[in-house]
Amino acid sequence: MKEALGDLRKQVMWTRLISIVEEQAQTLMRTAFSTTVRDAGDLSAALFDTRGRLIAEAVTGTPGHVNSMAAGVCHFLEKFPIETMVDGDHYITNDPWLTAGHLHDVTVVSPAFHGGRVVALLGVCCHQVDIGGLGQGPDGRSVFEEGIQIPLLKLVSAHKLNEDLLAILRQNVRTPLQVEGDVLSYVASNTSAARRLSETLAEFQLDGLDDLADYIVDQSLTATRAAIAALPKGQWRAEMTIDGYDHPITLRGSVTIGEDDVVVDYEGTDAAVPRGINLVLNYCRAYTVFALRCALTPEIPNNHGALAPFIVKAPLGSILNVERPAPVAARHVIGQMLPDVVFGCLAQVIPDRVPAEGSSCLWSVQLRGRVAPTGSNGQGIDFDTVFFNSGGSGGRPGLDGLSGTAFPSGVRAMPVEVTEASAPIVIWKKELRCDSGGVGLHRGGLGQTIEVSARGDAPFEVLAMYERVDRPARGRDGGGDGAAGRVRLKSGTTMRAKGLQAIPRGDRLVLDVPGGAGLGPVGQRPDDRIAADVRDGFVSEDAARRDYGWKG
Amino acid sequence: MASNPNIRIGADIGGTFTDVVLETPAGRHSTKILTTYDAPERALLEGVTILLAEAGLAPGDVGLVVHGTTLATNALIERRGVPTALLTTEGFRDVLELGTESRFDQYDIAMDKPAPLIERSLRIGVPERIAANGEVLLPLDEDAVRAAAVRWRQDGIRSVAIAFLHAYANPAHEQAAAAIIRQEIPDAGLSLSSEVSPEMREYERFSTTVANAYVQPIVDSYLRRLEAQLLERGFTCPLFLMLSSGGLTTVDTAARFPVRLVESGPAGGAIFAGTIAAERGLARAVALDVGGTTAKICLIDDGKPQTSQMFEVARVHRFRKGSGLPLRIPVVEMVEIGAGGGSIAAVDAAGRLAVGPRSAGSEPGPAAYGRGGTHPTVTDADIQLGRIDPAAFAGGKVHLDPAASGAALAALGIWGGEADALAIGVSEIVDETMASAARVHAVEQGETMEGRTMIAFGGCAPLHAARVAEKIGVDRVIIPRSAGVGSAVGFLRAPIAYELARSLPQIVGATDFAAVNALLCAMSAEARALVAKGAADRPVIEQRLCLARYQGQGYELSVPVPNRMLHDADEAMLLAAFEEVYRAQYGVVLSLPVEILTWRVTASTLPEAQPPVAAAERQRLVQPPTRRTVCDPGLAQPLEYGLFDRETLQPGDYIEGPALIVERETTSVVSPVFDAVLDPAGFIILERKPAKEIGA
Repeated sequence: MKEALGDLRKQVMWTRLISIVEEQAQTLMRTAFSTTVRDAGDLSAALFDTRGRLIAEAVTGTPGHVNSMAAGVCHFLEKFPIETMVDGDHYITNDPWLTAGHLHDVTVVSPAFHGGRVVALLGVCCHQVDIGGLGQGPDGRSVFEEGIQIPLLKLVSAHKLNEDLLAILRQNVRTPLQVEGDVLSYVASNTSAARRLSETLAEFQLDGLDDLADYIVDQSLTATRAAIAALPKGQWRAEMTIDGYDHPITLRGSVTIGEDDVVVDYEGTDAAVPRGINLVLNYCRAYTVFALRCALTPEIPNNHGALAPFIVKAPLGSILNVERPAPVAARHVIGQMLPDVVFGCLAQVIPDRVPAEGSSCLWSVQLRGRVAPTGSNGQGIDFDTVFFNSGGSGGRPGLDGLSGTAFPSGVRAMPVEVTEASAPIVIWKKELRCDSGGVGLHRGGLGQTIEVSARGDAPFEVLAMYERVDRPARGRDGGGDGAAGRVRLKSGTTMRAKGLQAIPRGDRLVLDVPGGAGLGPVGQRPDDRIAADVRDGFVSEDAARRDYGWKG
Repeated sequence: MASNPNIRIGADIGGTFTDVVLETPAGRHSTKILTTYDAPERALLEGVTILLAEAGLAPGDVGLVVHGTTLATNALIERRGVPTALLTTEGFRDVLELGTESRFDQYDIAMDKPAPLIERSLRIGVPERIAANGEVLLPLDEDAVRAAAVRWRQDGIRSVAIAFLHAYANPAHEQAAAAIIRQEIPDAGLSLSSEVSPEMREYERFSTTVANAYVQPIVDSYLRRLEAQLLERGFTCPLFLMLSSGGLTTVDTAARFPVRLVESGPAGGAIFAGTIAAERGLARAVALDVGGTTAKICLIDDGKPQTSQMFEVARVHRFRKGSGLPLRIPVVEMVEIGAGGGSIAAVDAAGRLAVGPRSAGSEPGPAAYGRGGTHPTVTDADIQLGRIDPAAFAGGKVHLDPAASGAALAALGIWGGEADALAIGVSEIVDETMASAARVHAVEQGETMEGRTMIAFGGCAPLHAARVAEKIGVDRVIIPRSAGVGSAVGFLRAPIAYELARSLPQIVGATDFAAVNALLCAMSAEARALVAKGAADRPVIEQRLCLARYQGQGYELSVPVPNRMLHDADEAMLLAAFEEVYRAQYGVVLSLPVEILTWRVTASTLPEAQPPVAAAERQRLVQPPTRRTVCDPGLAQPLEYGLFDRETLQPGDYIEGPALIVERETTSVVSPVFDAVLDPAGFIILERKPAKEIGA
């Protein structure tokens, strides 16, 4: 009984730690200025033990951050060893190679004290909309052009704010007060989480977290290994060629399932490019492990034990493991494609647990322009705005793909009315795209069509970063490909999928966001599902007859 | 004889039971009747008849009937609305389908989003366009509206939602379209987004409007039937409906905006708790309402439950945020989690003991009921621990089999199958789940739990309240009488109130006060007119708020606005008011522009002043007549608990924990860290012992 109750006590404390970091994440979202944090949930908040192991993480967050920070905290510990930390210290960096892969992600780590000593570390990692430089696009030729770089520094030293650092930061960004407000909110959320942790330890009459950390890590590791042990052993390979920037890029990967670990190796993947779509290994690992966790261990809470058995390798110098100072700002374009490569391998061994390929990469509509003066005040308006859109996910075992839904990204879209209220643009259409889901027993999710103009027919520019335009999501096991994406003018001209381009006066930008691929033999889709798709206008009558042999 | 304003009936139609309460100057009568789904008014009228007979009163004596119902909620959850269509802006028929374009569960590949209430072929877009500032960019194509209406008439559509982009800024197109549809389908219900939820953010506005349209004809016909039958039986008094916000409204308003009724039952429970707090002068309280399936937690400041503007109904993954249909309505702010007496314990993928959200409900119920339930539930754990006396359970009406509880717990297969250890585990996990939910909820509200008094009601709360209170640092717990019909009692304490919100973005420092004054005056007139219909001679008060934030933030804070015309000199006042609220919540203020997005006006009758209840005084220490061995989860060991019958305890009596106070419907657990005293109203007050005594 004693052992059982000790176990119970630890479980209760485990729940408590997760609620502390969830509080931390909620506080961040409520006080943040960056739309990426406050509206889209592009953040992570977590607690680490004194060895730098991830122990508890907020449920709120997106994969690119979630797993990048887990790997990043050890760098903080190397620079600022535990014995040198004092109460009221907070450390900061946005080094892409240490944390989340581009300068826009700022990480703040703070020691949590209890009884006069460090018992844990608290960390937050958030996507800043503005970090100076070119802005978040693929056009930088090196990281130096992409914004201000903050090395590992003390942001606050024994409760004393590093004013010099903040002054440099303010001088280097377009919206200094908001960026400063955001950075201070990271400090505040870590501080309040540290206080809650100390109260919790007092309540449970504990001096430190070490035993509990071991318990959480061991328990999660054991469960993860058990899940791996139940899988067939062997190695499976897959490759996927995507559009790239100037030329196509081939991602090659293998998944090796061993006795108690899973290794993903991207040996053979194409080399880095002089455009900001390169990945640091941390970020490559983040989306790769996310895919493994979805397919193999979705129910185990995220921590060091749940992540440790998943090992990711990519050759140095490849596009998935670049060296400084390669440009990396738009690394999500390729990072979000990695789950499709992992699923391509796993489909050969556990086909009942993975989806077909999806549109995968988020279609961000980044626009800038100037609307002519109207009315009496005579002022024109410069604008620079962004809104997110998602295509279709791949058909899933037993289920169709999700239409117009982000996967693997965990972000949300901004409302059309909010976007139009904040910038002088008009979104004329945002509607699911008929016949864009790959055919199959389980149809791919639909993409969507977006039509946008500037107010008053003014000309404007789009900073395009789109994928799956030349190479759509590929069907699996008899399923068809998803519809490719398309970037065009309303007047008819096809535009390029990447890079800055102009939309002339009076015209509109039209985006056909890609659909997900189908899964399973098209001939096996039941008639009632086809009929429902036709009724709903997801599949046209012509396509139903042509592709599915529908007789309705 | 004329009706007596002090004779009042509250009726709460829930999923299982219809609770009816009759209050007279001589006292309170209450009854529970099984809900009659085919015609909900039947159970209500039956209950009313029973209580009037009990009290020896006639329908004409009654001065007020207040009613809350889950009719709209159930129609939404079970998708039993009327055939409904959506008329929207061309290019936006998929707003409901796209939602936030996100997944509510990060890792679950097999998750599905809730399907829209209206299938795609019945969502028609017509050419028209209004800009964010209300300007018309494209005139309404009236022929296209007419064509849609003609088609829907042939399809047998009974209700139409009209939701155009930016209609909150300019409702002209929605109104013009409504006129056409009224001509073509005169019998159909009409719900306009500019009336149901006139605020920015299209997904929430469209979703709310469509939900309203979907249930409107059902609620309308039910309320008219009820009204007619009450009249037929000789009731001459007004009938009011409980709103999700905790205010009351007239039948006419409820029939137009039934979506505002969805949380009426829980709102009644929150008002019940609020009244208890007000009577005792408690500035800060927290209501814990634990039933068979869910626990609801609501913060109550100065006797008033917190309110919010967003609610999610019909979550497909139970209780999972983001898996339901968003409704933007004024609603009592509470967190609801899947933790109650019937919650099932299981071992999860990580090898941890987990409790809920799956529930055994009342059928098959906990293993001890012997009705086929084999999964161990929270109630089974309570039985195994010795907290529930099998002989006295439910007044002896339900036979309990403690051996079945023990066997079901042991079958979990961890910890060597030790039933006692597992019972402690289940009890601790469910209490920790409630405590965690309460803490996170407090943070989301910018509040804390420390120093609050807990008000615990619902069948399962008295068993678990003490331990949850320990975990969240609460030192006082009130366990009221009439805890089982708390919502219906709460209905009788609610003011007649109506709340309106409108978007009119402004930057503080450059406020267009002419526009703001015009808006606030119009809102004030509209809200007062709705309240006046039911207020009779009672005075009506008004509260004005604006929702403001630093420009660039994503969340707003509620800032009070004075009830008068505003002018240029008020800029500084608005800024100072915002900074005060911001500092209170986050500890700092920033030097950034402040923007106001939304204005809100609430008109209400003054809540009736409740006679204060004096503080509980420890007058007589009562020794336990008998004792009982209970396995104590806090200390993780068996303890001798004193055993008391609630009916034998009088105001002023006090007892020392650990103890069990047994009554017909439930048992109150006084854990070892608490004492219990009965206050002048006969409510049980748990008071934490001074620290040195614990464990002594």
